Amino acid sequence: MIAAPPRTRRSPRALRSLLPRPRPRSRVVAAVLGAWLFLVVVTAVALSLGDEATSPAALWAALQGRGPENTVYAVLEVRLPRVVLAMVVGAAFGVSGGLSQSVLRNPLASPDVLGISAGASVAVVAVIAIGSLGGPVGVVPVPVAALVGGLGAAALIALLALGGALRGRRILLVGIALSAALTALTQFLLTRIDVYDAQRSAAWLTGSLNARGWGEAMPVLVGVAVLVPAALVLAHTNRALLFEDDVVAGWGVRPGRARAVLLVIAVCLAALATSAAGPVAFVALVSGQVARRLAAVPDIPPLLAGAAGASLVLVADTVARTALPSQLPVGVLTGLVGAPYLLYLLQRRRSTRGTP
Amino acid sequence: MSAPRTLPASRTALTAVLLGALVLLAVATLASVTVGTRVLSPAETFAGLLGHEGVAATVIWELRLPRTLLGLLVGCALGVAGVLAQAVTRNPLADPGLLGISAGGAVAVVAGSAFLGLGAGIPRVLLALAGAALATAAVYLFASRSPEGLTPVNMTLAGMAMTAFLAAAVSATVLLSASTMDQYRFWVVGALDLPDPAVLLPAIPPAVAGAILAMVVSGSLNALALGDDTAAALGVAVVRTRLLAGAAVVLLSGTAVALAGPIAFVGLVIPHIARALVGTDVRRVLALSAVLGPLLLVTADVVGRLVARPAEVQVGVVTALLGTPFFIWLTRRAKERAQ
Repeated sequence: MIAAPPRTRRSPRALRSLLPRPRPRSRVVAAVLGAWLFLVVVTAVALSLGDEATSPAALWAALQGRGPENTVYAVLEVRLPRVVLAMVVGAAFGVSGGLSQSVLRNPLASPDVLGISAGASVAVVAVIAIGSLGGPVGVVPVPVAALVGGLGAAALIALLALGGALRGRRILLVGIALSAALTALTQFLLTRIDVYDAQRSAAWLTGSLNARGWGEAMPVLVGVAVLVPAALVLAHTNRALLFEDDVVAGWGVRPGRARAVLLVIAVCLAALATSAAGPVAFVALVSGQVARRLAAVPDIPPLLAGAAGASLVLVADTVARTALPSQLPVGVLTGLVGAPYLLYLLQRRRSTRGTP
Repeated sequence: MSAPRTLPASRTALTAVLLGALVLLAVATLASVTVGTRVLSPAETFAGLLGHEGVAATVIWELRLPRTLLGLLVGCALGVAGVLAQAVTRNPLADPGLLGISAGGAVAVVAGSAFLGLGAGIPRVLLALAGAALATAAVYLFASRSPEGLTPVNMTLAGMAMTAFLAAAVSATVLLSASTMDQYRFWVVGALDLPDPAVLLPAIPPAVAGAILAMVVSGSLNALALGDDTAAALGVAVVRTRLLAGAAVVLLSGTAVALAGPIAFVGLVIPHIARALVGTDVRRVLALSAVLGPLLLVTADVVGRLVARPAEVQVGVVTALLGTPFFIWLTRRAKERAQ
């Protein structure tokens, strides 16, 4: 054992000066700018597509409340809430995936793999099952059940992994095991209920934005507005955590506590997003990896992961909303769109050395 | 790697562990034959096993024996496939489920029954094997064409992407058709109650072939654990080892999917338990997993028959619920190596 280095508190700015500069700095900036530009374009396209397409000029006018009444209504009242919901849900999943992947240094360490989604799912299907099996219908609203289930699963994982370092394998293994058990429970409940309730549950389990609006978007929006800036403030800590624990401690950062804080942010974001839209498959995992590969740095920039997640969910939901039968929700598309894109990126970009 | 810091067990310790596991497996098998909605007495069981008349004989020969055999076969296949998948990808979190292999088989089976109306038996085994093989080949190609080459991380990521893609395809099929959903939800849990014992037969040749392949490559997989370069320097044909091990995983997990649905968790957990008991030598882990896999599955099946009599809880549910606490206890016990 090396003697513990003296602990000195350092401000984030001081920490930044200690860290080696990321090599291709311009590339990170370019990637973030490019991703946000792409998101803006996708948002404009999503707002103008619907039962009747809106031209760019009409869209600009409608956004300011001018133009034909039905266009204004379609853009502001019908499309805007859903587009905003898709963006905040995607951004929350993306930031959450990026944080957990870089903190746990494993590309698989996203909230859906760690059991947050499984916890939310079992809680929601249990609520639906209680109604289906003759109990009171809708005693607990589905979003509340999802939030409680997701946070409960995270607390259980933390409790079960307690005593081990928050880095590395133990927390992942515990999460995956718990996730498997909760998924099995969900599948068991699905075999015990009415087939139409089962199908309704399956739609929620895939992740859906159908018939949702400002009511669902606001809690996530508030969560994103609080938690993402927190993640940005801690970005240097996140980068410091890529180094050995002794080195990090020498810089005045307590590695254990820093990891815990970053993971709590990630878990809260994922649970909030799941409560609004269901466990939209694959978004957290793929956004973190896409961001890492686009920026080519081992610590995943939250702004990039957020933009990637928002774009993915928005593109998938726009396609689901405009081109597919209504039973097929956004979660079906995120897998069908996100997975090939990740495979494509795996072929093309040389990622930097480094674990996440 | 993932193994806790246990010293490699001596030969006698290994024999003791294997014998103990075999005795437990024998007990579980016997329990699986005697216990169910109707519990048979030892005398009834004995008479039923020997004779071919009477209620006991019918229950044993028509229902419980095929079901027990199925549990043994599927458990063995999943345990061995898990060891191979983790060794090939050098990722302790890998299992056939994570690499997209089970998903490939599952998609083929679901599509076959939804669009072509294919039932259990030979068509289902062939479909599952073909689906698993296609998914594995795709994952391998995508991962090996990346600039860094076939690293464990790339392979796992490609597997995850493939799984997500195929799961989305299954969701789409299921969400569009209530009747497919109705069949699917019972199949996807993983259950061992066979509609017809005859469907067991076509699954035996691929499973045996997979097991033989596993034994052949196990020595080379030990070298692969040291890294590709070291393995090559030791005279191991790296690519051929990977391909053969991959083929074995496809044969074993495809068979398991065709017979019992995509049972998760056995392939992930059993290798970890085996490593905790006998160290990291792939050959030893393989031998022990081939016993522990069926032990877990058959025990889970018996428990599932007992807890909700006269109804049953599907084996996949019990496996996960029984396996999780044990697995978590094991990971807590294992001291993580100081980084």
